[in-house]
Amino acid sequence: MSTNNSLNRRKFIKVSALTGGGMLLSFNLLTGCKPSVSEAAELPKEWFQFNGYLKIGDNGLITLMSPNPEIGQNVKTSMPMMVAEELDVNWKKVIVEQAPLNTDLYKPMQLAGGSNSISASWQTMRTAGATAREMLKQAAANEWKVPVSEIETIDGKLIHKASGKSADYGEFASAASKLTVPEKVALKKPKDFKIIGTSRKNVDGQKIATGKPLFGLDYKEEGMLIAMIVHPPAFGLQLKESDVSAIKSMPGIADAFFIDVYPDSKNKQWCDVAAFTKLLAVVGKSTWQVMQAKKTFKPETEPIKASSEKVNVFGTVTEVITPAGFENTTTHKQQMASISPKQVKTVRKDGDPEAAFKKASVIIERSYSCPFLAHNAMEPMNFFANVKDGQATLVGPVQTPSFMEKSVSDRLGIPLDKVEVKMTRMGGGFGRRLYGHFLVEAALISQKMKAPVKLIYTREDDMTNGVYRPAYYATYRAALDENKNLIAFHVKAGGIPENALMANRYPAGAVENYLAEEWAIPTNISVGAFRAPGSNFIAGAEQSFLDEVAEAMGKDPIEMRLELFEKAKSNPVGKNNDYNADRYAGVLKLVKEKSEWSKTQPGISRGVAAYFCHDSYVAHVFDISIKNNKPVIEKVTTAVDCGIVVNPDAATNLSEGAVTDAVGHAMFSGMTFTNGVPDQSNFDKYRMIRNSEAPKKIETHFVKNEIDPTGMGEPSGPPAIGALANALYKATGKRYYVQPFMIENQPIHS
Amino acid sequence: MAIYNLKVNGQTKQVDVDPATPVLWVLREHLNMPGTKYGCGVAMCGACTIHLNGNAVRSCQLPVAAVTNKEITTIEGLSANGDHPVQKAWLELDVAQCGYCQTGQIMSAAALLKSKPNPTDADIDAAMTGNICRCGTYLRIKDAIKVAAKQK
Repeated sequence: MSTNNSLNRRKFIKVSALTGGGMLLSFNLLTGCKPSVSEAAELPKEWFQFNGYLKIGDNGLITLMSPNPEIGQNVKTSMPMMVAEELDVNWKKVIVEQAPLNTDLYKPMQLAGGSNSISASWQTMRTAGATAREMLKQAAANEWKVPVSEIETIDGKLIHKASGKSADYGEFASAASKLTVPEKVALKKPKDFKIIGTSRKNVDGQKIATGKPLFGLDYKEEGMLIAMIVHPPAFGLQLKESDVSAIKSMPGIADAFFIDVYPDSKNKQWCDVAAFTKLLAVVGKSTWQVMQAKKTFKPETEPIKASSEKVNVFGTVTEVITPAGFENTTTHKQQMASISPKQVKTVRKDGDPEAAFKKASVIIERSYSCPFLAHNAMEPMNFFANVKDGQATLVGPVQTPSFMEKSVSDRLGIPLDKVEVKMTRMGGGFGRRLYGHFLVEAALISQKMKAPVKLIYTREDDMTNGVYRPAYYATYRAALDENKNLIAFHVKAGGIPENALMANRYPAGAVENYLAEEWAIPTNISVGAFRAPGSNFIAGAEQSFLDEVAEAMGKDPIEMRLELFEKAKSNPVGKNNDYNADRYAGVLKLVKEKSEWSKTQPGISRGVAAYFCHDSYVAHVFDISIKNNKPVIEKVTTAVDCGIVVNPDAATNLSEGAVTDAVGHAMFSGMTFTNGVPDQSNFDKYRMIRNSEAPKKIETHFVKNEIDPTGMGEPSGPPAIGALANALYKATGKRYYVQPFMIENQPIHS
Repeated sequence: MAIYNLKVNGQTKQVDVDPATPVLWVLREHLNMPGTKYGCGVAMCGACTIHLNGNAVRSCQLPVAAVTNKEITTIEGLSANGDHPVQKAWLELDVAQCGYCQTGQIMSAAALLKSKPNPTDADIDAAMTGNICRCGTYLRIKDAIKVAAKQK
């Protein structure tokens, strides 16, 4: 945890920025990191650095660094809570700052993705707090000449009961910070937690509610120019360089030029996905002027050629094929529904599924599909860049700052230690900001302009220059014997250009004869991760299908699932089942109890679903009614097992949001294409869930245990789609196989 | 370009901009008030909501030439110390996730409570349906509006 003495220049700059001297001011230029006025009034005269995560002031004030990008998952509050817990401080005396990007200091990774932040830092951040507490205790023991084992800590105080001595942390901060860092420290037992497991409010809540500049789009520097991009109107096209003199003469325009974002695909990382790699950059004084100028430009284009490139995905090089041509959603649908056996690959096979299907009394076969989705983070893509004198400074919202730092370094030919990325709060991301081509674009534009530049995507740019959720498709088959027992299960999952198969997840392991197959159709439409990748489709499909299977078996849908978990637990089929059947069953049992599943209510139809992803288990019961030919989600009862819940109210908020978000996309949203042109380019045509359509009530219950925390930002979404579809069936007698479920102006009847 | 004297949060501000410039960009770039957010530019998401003579309007489609002699209130001027009942309720319920849409949500909610101090669920639905929250905080937004209504 200590900072290494043999620091290179890059590390030195970043570490000294942490130590609270003059360098800190430069980070405070990021207005989001500024302490509020009331905090500033009691700022200490001197700060003492213990490690990358914390410093203690001479007056006992604590600054905790939040290492990971804040995207709305509330890590800027929840992650420092883990340090504060082990440091044993009063949360009211804590100031939280966004840490700089420093991959040497902050392990394992400063990334927002995979619902990983809390679980991946669970040991490191608590250790950082515990280490500093031990050093404070040692300093007090030295001064008071008592054994360190006799010193206790509480709420930022050191106490030696026998002698009656006590002191605030601030008094010993200086001495303690100079001590040798202990190599091993004991961490608290969960039963002794005072901060972890208690609800703490968003540390940026006041700034958000008063409109303080926190986001990338709010970031400004003296002399900063505004840049926007023009991209081809359709997938399958690329820009041809053409005359831009007309645009340059428009009011407020400083320059217009073409940029090649990724001209050489040799060193591409997984997060270097970009819809279009040649763009026109338009640069000017104000956003409005640049917006107007760019509208006038009619780009010349040419069809792309089919290509393939090698991409490095966490050390594994994979080939990505991009076909030429103009794609259509109607054609996509036909292609997905008529996959030939030759295109299908077996991923997992247990028992003899072919034989079991042959001797089945009943075979149920159903197909499910969903469209491409745009991420539509409310803050459109944007980034600040200042490239000059062989250095690049970038400021803004990105989920993968450490990766994109490398991409900028590679593309601009500036050594990595001369590239610095600073993180602002993100106005959402949902996977879109994993793909940071806009950093490279901003840097190239700044380099050309020799000036600080803020690149801003219009909403139309954001929506039509996407890295979309793939279009998925899945066909399920179940075989029942003459006694209506489930004897075989078959999933064949595909998509454009990837499938959502989770071959080792439930009900794998619970059915004697099991077959999981996959297929894919290449596309030139750019795709990437979208909140709960893959799961955001397959959970709804699988859980809807299981509902139909339970019905055919004549069983209650919860009892049927529990019986399968019992089988997976007592006598699991096959290897590599990636879930814990007990915890899975646990959330179903909890949701059954809390929703009073056995009771019926007039006018209410209910559906249930459970799913496992990001190492967490979630079950929902949806209660819906039909009013004015529209479904109304009256109540959602949720049971979550994500291990120890660090910040319960924030976790509840995330879970509620994930449910609303997932339900909205399943009911209303879709990105469609006609001859390569996105049919939706703004919220007039792209349907997002609105306030009036959100669930009226969500009750969230957490399983109480002492298991290390697991994911929370994503797992509640996927099963919501299954529970919704199953409740809709109860209400309407109709099964919902094709997303979006609600086609505009098409009433549904109960 | 033309010079406009605007009444923003009780103060007169002068700007020299193209008459078609939406108030959103005048606020954000010319008057250094970034609390009003850009979300869609076509008045479909509500992130840019301000009060014009006390009514909630979308500032992204409102040309600056149309607002002279009208009272503009932005999130920066909703309350002196961030203690408008709606802001307090937002903090009490810890509504925000990413937070980007929330200033627009708060401005819509504050205008609603001004015209309807005790809104029904249907009133809230009608007033808030123009504000998108991709994080899905709608339930807390609704609850916070009810909390704010009680505080008055």
